[in-house]
Amino acid sequence: MSPVLFGILAALLIASALGVVLSASPIRSALSLVLTLFFIAVQFLFLDAQLVAALQVVVYAGAIMVLFLFVIMLLNLQEEPQAIARLGQRAAAVFLGSLFLLAAVHFLAKPGIGAGTGMAGAVPATFGSTELLAETLFTRFLFAFEITSVLLLVAVIGAVVLAKKTLT
Amino acid sequence: MTVVPINWYLILGAVLFTIGVIGVLVRRNVIVIFMSIELMLNAVNLVFVALSRQLHVMDGQVVVFFVMTVAAAEAAVGLAIIISTFRNRETVNADELNLLRW
Amino acid sequence: MVIDLLIAVIKALIVIGMVLPLAGILGWVERKGSALIQDRIGANRASIFGFAGAGLVNTLMADPLKFLTKEDVIPAGVDRLLHTLAPCVNLFPAIVAFAAIPFGDVYEVGDRVINLQAVGLNVGILYVLAMLSLGVYGVVLAGWASNNRFSLLGGIRGSAQMISYELGMGLAIVAMVMTFGTLDLQEMVRAQGHLILGWIPAWGILYQPVAFLLFLTAGIAESKRVPFDLPEGESELVAGFFTEYSGIKYLMFFMTDFVDVAVVAGLVTTLFFGGWQIPYLMRDGFHLPWGAVVALPQIVVVLLRLVAFMVKVIFFCWVQVLIRWSLPRFRYDQVMRLGWKGLLPIALLNVLATAVVVLALQG
Repeated sequence: MSPVLFGILAALLIASALGVVLSASPIRSALSLVLTLFFIAVQFLFLDAQLVAALQVVVYAGAIMVLFLFVIMLLNLQEEPQAIARLGQRAAAVFLGSLFLLAAVHFLAKPGIGAGTGMAGAVPATFGSTELLAETLFTRFLFAFEITSVLLLVAVIGAVVLAKKTLT
Repeated sequence: MTVVPINWYLILGAVLFTIGVIGVLVRRNVIVIFMSIELMLNAVNLVFVALSRQLHVMDGQVVVFFVMTVAAAEAAVGLAIIISTFRNRETVNADELNLLRW
Repeated sequence: MVIDLLIAVIKALIVIGMVLPLAGILGWVERKGSALIQDRIGANRASIFGFAGAGLVNTLMADPLKFLTKEDVIPAGVDRLLHTLAPCVNLFPAIVAFAAIPFGDVYEVGDRVINLQAVGLNVGILYVLAMLSLGVYGVVLAGWASNNRFSLLGGIRGSAQMISYELGMGLAIVAMVMTFGTLDLQEMVRAQGHLILGWIPAWGILYQPVAFLLFLTAGIAESKRVPFDLPEGESELVAGFFTEYSGIKYLMFFMTDFVDVAVVAGLVTTLFFGGWQIPYLMRDGFHLPWGAVVALPQIVVVLLRLVAFMVKVIFFCWVQVLIRWSLPRFRYDQVMRLGWKGLLPIALLNVLATAVVVLALQG
C-alpha cells in the first residue's frame, strides 16, 4: 500500500477518533466510533487480514455498537451542556496524554522492529484466510478458545441478570 | 510502490490509544468513557494485526479474534451495569456516581 | 492496471444496472400484484397521452416524480445531521451487499479470465452478512432522530427484530458454509454444478432444505416486510420509524425495502438454487446426462447464465411479494418468540446435524 494512501487513512482515523472524544452528543460519539471501526477494518484489509476485517464489521460495528446505540436510546441521553471536564482536569489529561505519546513515539520510531523481511516481504496467498486462522485457532489456541466460550456464557448470564427488572 | 514501514502503524496505534486515554480522563458521561475504552482496544487490535503482518505469523490475528470476543462480553456486561445504575441513580454522569467515595 | 480498473468499474455498473431497475420494477409488481390478489384494479390513473401501460407510467414515472418534487420537511428539535443521514445509512449497505453475489462464471477474453462477480472476496458470504447487519443503523437512527415517540418505538422494535433474526440467518449460512466448505460465493455456486447420481444437479436446497426455510424466514424478517413489518406498522404506527420523512428521503426508505427484497432473493438463489447455474450447462455447452453434447460459443453460455440468474432472482422477489399479500402481520412478542425460541434452536440443531453428516462422509 502506498504511503499516501496510508496517510489519508490515518488522517481519517484520527479525525473520527477525535470525534468520539470531543462530541457533545453521545449519539454522535457512537456514530464516530462506528466510522473509526470501519476505517480500522479497511486497515486490516490492507494488512492481508480479510477474515478479521469481516469479523470487525460484523461483530464490532454491527453488534457491539448497536448495543451502545440501544442503551443511549433507552436512557434517552441528550446533548450535554458541559460534556468535557473542568479546565484543570482537561489540561492535566492532555499533558499526561502527550507525555505518554512522546514516550511511545520515541520507542516505536526505532528501526529494526520485528524479524525477517517484514512488510516488504510477500506472504503466502492463504495468509489471513479463514482456513489458516482456523488452523491456528483450533490447534495452538484451543484452550483459550474453550475458555472464551465459557466467558461468553458467563457474560450473557450476567447481562441478563443485571438488566432484569427485579420485583420489589 | 514503496512499502509502509511497521513503525508508522505502531505510531498510529499509539496515537489512537492516547486519544482513547484522554477520552477516559476528560469525559464525564459513563457511556462515552466506555466508548473511549473500546477505542483503546481497537488501537491495540491494529497494532496486533500490523505486527502479525510484519512477522508473517497468524498469532496476531488470532489474538485480535479473542480481543474482539472479550470486548463484546465486556460491552454487554458493562452496559447492563450502566442500565441498572441509571435505574437507581437517574444519572450517567461519573461525577455524580460517588456513593463509594470516602 | 488501467484495464483492471476498467473491468472492475464495468462489473460494478452491471450489478447496479441489475439491482436498481429491479427495485423500481418491484414497486410496480407490488402495486399491481397486490391489486390482482385483492381483486381490485390498482394504480392506473397517471397516463401519457392516454397510454397508462398497466400502471407502469404511474409507478415508474409519476410516483418518483411526485416524491422528488415534494417539500422536504425536517421536524423541529431534531438533530439535522442524523435526520438527513439516516436514509443514506439505510440504503447504502443494502445496495452494496449485492457486490459479492456472482452473476456468471468466467469470461475469457484473450488470455485474461474475468470472474463475473463485482468483488471477488474470499470471505464473500461474511461480507454480505456484514452489510446486512449494518442495515440496523438506518432504522435506529431514523427512529431516534425523528423526535417523535412513535418513530422511536418503531425504530427500537425494528432494530431489535433485525438483530434477533440476524442470528438465525447467520446460523443458516454456517450450515451452507459447512456443506460447501468455502466462504466464497462464486466457489459455492460452482460447487452446485456437480451432478449427484449422474443426473441430479447438486443445488443447495437438496443438501439443506431446513436451512433454506430458515434463511427465507430470517431474510423476510430482516427486510422488515410483512408478516414482519411491525416496525413500519402501516395501520398502527403511521409509518413507524420513517414517519417524519417526506420527499426523497421517504423514497430512499422505500427503495431500501425493495433492494432488501432483491438482496434476499439474490442470496437465496446463490446459496440454495444454483445461482447462475443451468443444469447440465458447462462452459462450452450442454452436456446432457444421456451423452448428447451441444456445443455453444462462450458468449451464448455467459448470456444464458446471466438470464438464468435474473429469472431466479425475479422468481424469488415475486415469492416475497406473494407472501406479503397473503399473511397477516405478526405481533411483536410473536416475532421475538419465533426468532429466539423457534428459529435459533432449529438453526443450531441443523448446524449440529450438518457437522455430523459432513464428518461421517469425510471420515
